[in-house]
Amino acid sequence: MLEAAWLIPALPLTGFLLLVLFGRKLAEPVAGWLATAMMAASFVATVVVFLGLSGREPADRFFLQTIFTWVPAGSFQVDIGFLVDPLSITMSLFITGIGTLIHLYSIGYMHGDPNFSKFFLYLNLFAASMLLLVLGDNLLLTFLGWEGVGLCSYFLISFWFTSDSNASAGKKAFVTNRVGDFGFMLAMFLLFREIGSIRYADIIVGAPGLAIGAATTITLLMLLAATAKSAQIPLFVWLPDAMAGPTPVSALIHAATMVTSGVYLLVRLNPVLGAAEAWSVTLIAWVGALTALAAALAAVVQTDIKKVLAYSTISQLGYLFMAVGVGAYVPAMFHMITHAFFKALLFLGSGSVIHGLDDEQDMRRMGGLAKLMPITAGTFIVGWLAIAGVPPFSGFWSKDEILLYVFDQSPLLWFVGLVTALLTAFYMTRQVILTFFGRQRFFDAHESEIQAAFVTKLEVVNQGFGEARTAVDTSKLAIEKAASDVAKREEGVVTAQLALEEATLAVSGSSPEAEGHEKLVKALNKASKGVPKAESVLTKALAKATEAHQGLQAAEAALVDTAAARRGIEDQRLAAPEVATHPTALSPKPDVSGFEDAMPQSYRDRQEYHPHESPWTMTLPLVVLAGLAFAGGLLNLPFAKNLKFLETWLEPSLFGNERHIGVTTGTKWILAVIAIAVALVAIAAAFAVYLRARRSPASLERSEFGLAVSYDEAIANVAGGPGKRGFDVAAMFDRTVVDGAVNAVPTAVRSAAGWIRLLQPGLVRSYGVMVVLGTGAVTLLLLRSLFL
Amino acid sequence: MSASMIFGAQNVSWPLLPSLILVPVATVLVLLVLPKSRPDYLKVVALAGTSVTGALSAYLLWAFNKSDGGLQFVVREAWVEDLGLQWFLAVDGISLFLVVLTGLLFPVTILATDPHHDHKPYYIWLTLLMAGTMGVFMALDMLLFFVFFEVVLVPMYFLIGGWGHGNRVYAALKFFIFTMAGSALMLVALVSTAVLTARSTGNPLTFDVVELAQTQTLGRTAEILIFLAFALGFAVKVPLFPLHTWLPDAHTEAPTAGSVILAGVMLKLGAYGYIRFGLYLFPNAAHSLAWLFLTLAVVGIVYGAVVATMQTDLKRLVAYSSVAHMGFIILGIFAFNSLALQGAVIQMVNHGLSTGALFILVGWIYERRHTREISALGGLQRSAPLFAGIFTLVMLSSIGLPGLNGFVGEFLILIGAFQTVQWFAVVATTGVILAALYLLWAFQRVFHGTPDGENAKMADLRVSELFSIVPLLALIVFLGIYPKPVLERIEPAVNQLLAHVEANVQELDQQEPEAPPVPAGVQQLTEALEGTETGGEGE
Repeated sequence: MLEAAWLIPALPLTGFLLLVLFGRKLAEPVAGWLATAMMAASFVATVVVFLGLSGREPADRFFLQTIFTWVPAGSFQVDIGFLVDPLSITMSLFITGIGTLIHLYSIGYMHGDPNFSKFFLYLNLFAASMLLLVLGDNLLLTFLGWEGVGLCSYFLISFWFTSDSNASAGKKAFVTNRVGDFGFMLAMFLLFREIGSIRYADIIVGAPGLAIGAATTITLLMLLAATAKSAQIPLFVWLPDAMAGPTPVSALIHAATMVTSGVYLLVRLNPVLGAAEAWSVTLIAWVGALTALAAALAAVVQTDIKKVLAYSTISQLGYLFMAVGVGAYVPAMFHMITHAFFKALLFLGSGSVIHGLDDEQDMRRMGGLAKLMPITAGTFIVGWLAIAGVPPFSGFWSKDEILLYVFDQSPLLWFVGLVTALLTAFYMTRQVILTFFGRQRFFDAHESEIQAAFVTKLEVVNQGFGEARTAVDTSKLAIEKAASDVAKREEGVVTAQLALEEATLAVSGSSPEAEGHEKLVKALNKASKGVPKAESVLTKALAKATEAHQGLQAAEAALVDTAAARRGIEDQRLAAPEVATHPTALSPKPDVSGFEDAMPQSYRDRQEYHPHESPWTMTLPLVVLAGLAFAGGLLNLPFAKNLKFLETWLEPSLFGNERHIGVTTGTKWILAVIAIAVALVAIAAAFAVYLRARRSPASLERSEFGLAVSYDEAIANVAGGPGKRGFDVAAMFDRTVVDGAVNAVPTAVRSAAGWIRLLQPGLVRSYGVMVVLGTGAVTLLLLRSLFL
Repeated sequence: MSASMIFGAQNVSWPLLPSLILVPVATVLVLLVLPKSRPDYLKVVALAGTSVTGALSAYLLWAFNKSDGGLQFVVREAWVEDLGLQWFLAVDGISLFLVVLTGLLFPVTILATDPHHDHKPYYIWLTLLMAGTMGVFMALDMLLFFVFFEVVLVPMYFLIGGWGHGNRVYAALKFFIFTMAGSALMLVALVSTAVLTARSTGNPLTFDVVELAQTQTLGRTAEILIFLAFALGFAVKVPLFPLHTWLPDAHTEAPTAGSVILAGVMLKLGAYGYIRFGLYLFPNAAHSLAWLFLTLAVVGIVYGAVVATMQTDLKRLVAYSSVAHMGFIILGIFAFNSLALQGAVIQMVNHGLSTGALFILVGWIYERRHTREISALGGLQRSAPLFAGIFTLVMLSSIGLPGLNGFVGEFLILIGAFQTVQWFAVVATTGVILAALYLLWAFQRVFHGTPDGENAKMADLRVSELFSIVPLLALIVFLGIYPKPVLERIEPAVNQLLAHVEANVQELDQQEPEAPPVPAGVQQLTEALEGTETGGEGE
């Protein structure tokens, strides 16, 4: 049965290869089912091996399987081979088990993605790498898996690569992990020098004989490696960004499996840790404790549903480091397993929410989803109670176990762990309330949408205002024109009257018999007609002027009206309904009835959207994981020795390096009661704030809590600022100084020795000709001596 | 040493090694008589000639006796007796794979690239280059080596100058002058070696590398000076910091074929030279000056990577990555450790495969987009997913991802160097972080994001292109998973070489080459680590 071990990684690897070759031809669900089937088969193989292993005597639970020699180089011999022992099989069981569930879930989640089969290709490759990591019989094969999972993480974080931020997040994860790899590689070099081998079997045998300095250095280097992969201080910064990947990836890689490999590595190397200076191991615990605290604080102020879980994961991994650092390997493994259950559940639950809510990730826009997504909500609540440490859910048992061991080493360390537990219960309760309870805020207008509505409205009124102003200008022009017209017409009347008078005088002055008199009379008649004509023209002009004045009045009135309307909108805008930046279950719905018609398309589209529960492929894994998250504590119940299955099972892999604690039963009970009380108090506090709004959340979610976020930003600023500038200086140095010196040499030579120019006409081809001639001459010489 | 080391096993009854030179030469002759108006004929003939040579090199690999660390397939004829010149060709586990790499890369390059104009001289120079390169890796007479070394220079000069891009004339001339300066010194050095040795032994003048290596009669000062002269010539070729500036220019302006051969094969001339004419011929000098080359190698690893990061031209970026990668190889050579040296030899092959493939891919991008400016590219994974996938694989090989070829060599170099020159190895290991940085950043800018304009229309790989690069991809994966066939042939030769060094360096056993000053903070750490080894110092 143990001989089936090689199948465990080989099956997902086969799935990967099949998808590489045929993935493009497989229609959507088939690729997913193929990958899922491979994972399920791998799980079956793991169970078979597990049964085989448990059938052996505890001391005999080691099985080495060599496939072929990988790197044979004299004194350095490394195989592709597997070490099957309780530790590696425990890891494999939950990796393949949870892996299968998440593969199944992804069939629903990735539905409709244009790169559907590629997603499963990466997922299978990830699973194969992760299994090589835990099953490898030497550090180098573990390192291959270590890099393989990192690579898949990179591929999957930047899976939707057309967005630049996703691509950057992927790169950040890979490069940060490479910093850890630096430690991993140096630790391997050192182990090889000190022990002469990097096979686990040799390390286990040789570790007790290690010089204490060497063992300490190896521990510190491996700690560096583990802080990168398991996202601890100082290298945790990549994990929050890694949430850019599809949510099943966050669940599988960035919560349940890959990020635990740093802890696995430290547990695997427990004989080395056992040979190292005590302070270096205690350092592991403190790194974990501080990370747990800082990340839990950051989780309190997150608004993105996945970011909360990301910081929560960092925080929970901190517990595992605390455990390893006090020699509590079994509690570390115990909590690793229960965490894998409940955190995978929580991530998949958040994915179900995101999926059912049109890709919404902001918890401020959720609420009340319990009615719409009953299965998601119900299972999420199980996950919440598990992580919050409420008995009898699994997380209580495993976290309590860690705190117990930590207390035995240092009450101060225990206190940090307890505060973290308090924060954990608080931020998870906050998340559950904001997501699933209270009023449904999904349909609410977003702050930006309300602003956009006012922008639209103002645009309309501004247009009216502009039109009115133009009308005023036009009327003013018309008035001016009319006025000048009136003046002109008045002149016309005067001219006509003068002409009439002149004509009258001329007629009266001449005798009727005189020659030309008739002519004068005609002129008089004409002039007398001219006067009324001119007068009527004047009247018309006057009427026009009046009209123009009326127009101006109307236009000015319109201007005043629109200005008033604009002020009205501005006032309305000032009084616009506020969208709560720190909502609670009781936050009112922002009232947009006064300007609903102006709301942007995104808002109107959302009103048409129907939030829905996810398909069975997604809810089935949720239900199974909820069962595990509930009952996972059964693995290692503290009440009696024969209930500690995990402890008994793992014992052969720990070589007596497991810490033995001297805490009395009474103390144990007191600690447990304190832990439960803390969890309940935190939950009650979160209920008071977020469900009952007894206190403003804004006063609790303090910006200082985001210390971990600020650290991340500071690192980014240093890398993008002075770091990049330093690199620029080097590139500039190369161009100007190094290459400049090279180019200066011929210039100097040319100016110094002008006569050489005769030989150097500067034509490139002539150099070539000279070389050819020279080579030819040498060749001729050789040939001549050969034949003559 | 015994005659068996010199002559090795006579594996085949016919002159296999000379045919590796003569087949390309014959191909050149055929090309000369072909009409220049028929580029298709020219390409087929060049491809056929280089492929036959490649097949012969594959046969060489098959016929090679893997348990023998000495010279094999030896061909040794007196040529110019007055000068002591011999026609002396042979391969051992170190040069074998360089010969095979040459045999592989030339046909692949001819298949994958096209000169676009002046086909006839292009194929002639390229095929002639193959003959020269084969010769240089097989020659074991210093003078013969020198002739091939120079022969290689000319075709490459014309390839860059004639079929290159933009500033090709400047680049070709720079390449030429750099290398010529190096080889002038080398000529003086090799003549001095032969003359001084002949004078002190009273034997007739000889340029026979094996014989000179056995004799070892040079005085210390002479040995160091002569070694330095050789070393300078090779340092240009490798290239070592700060003699590397011809490389980005030559690579960038060269046609794709030129870049592939330059990076894939010709840079190895320098590294190979250090092994054959450094460690083997002048073990004392090489050993006492190791600190210098280790320093330059480590500086090159970090410096090359840092400068590569800031390049705006994709091809120039790949060129600077070669400076970093070659630094690893030099580190492996001067660590005087079997693992590191094996790593260095296999890494020469790996670098040839991955950088060769990278240059081919960058060349294809240039043919499609007529630019290599990283800022002008973007989102290509959308328009050309297969291209992006293959680029990813090659890039990961260059980054040194376990499971691909690049890792095996890099790891062996580092773990070996760590045993003898710890702090150099520690600094070099930071290069692992930097390699991920510059390649992934470039990949993000070129392939990720949303493509616009021409980028959105870029054609994916054609079947013919895929076909031409598949051999490189297959080897990248194969050597990452199963490097045994290569390593088991390298190891005996490396061990024999190191035994030779050990026999000739008096104080080698316990003395380590000088390490750079150790920061006070880590002093205590080091002492703890080295506690078991201090016993040897007193002897």
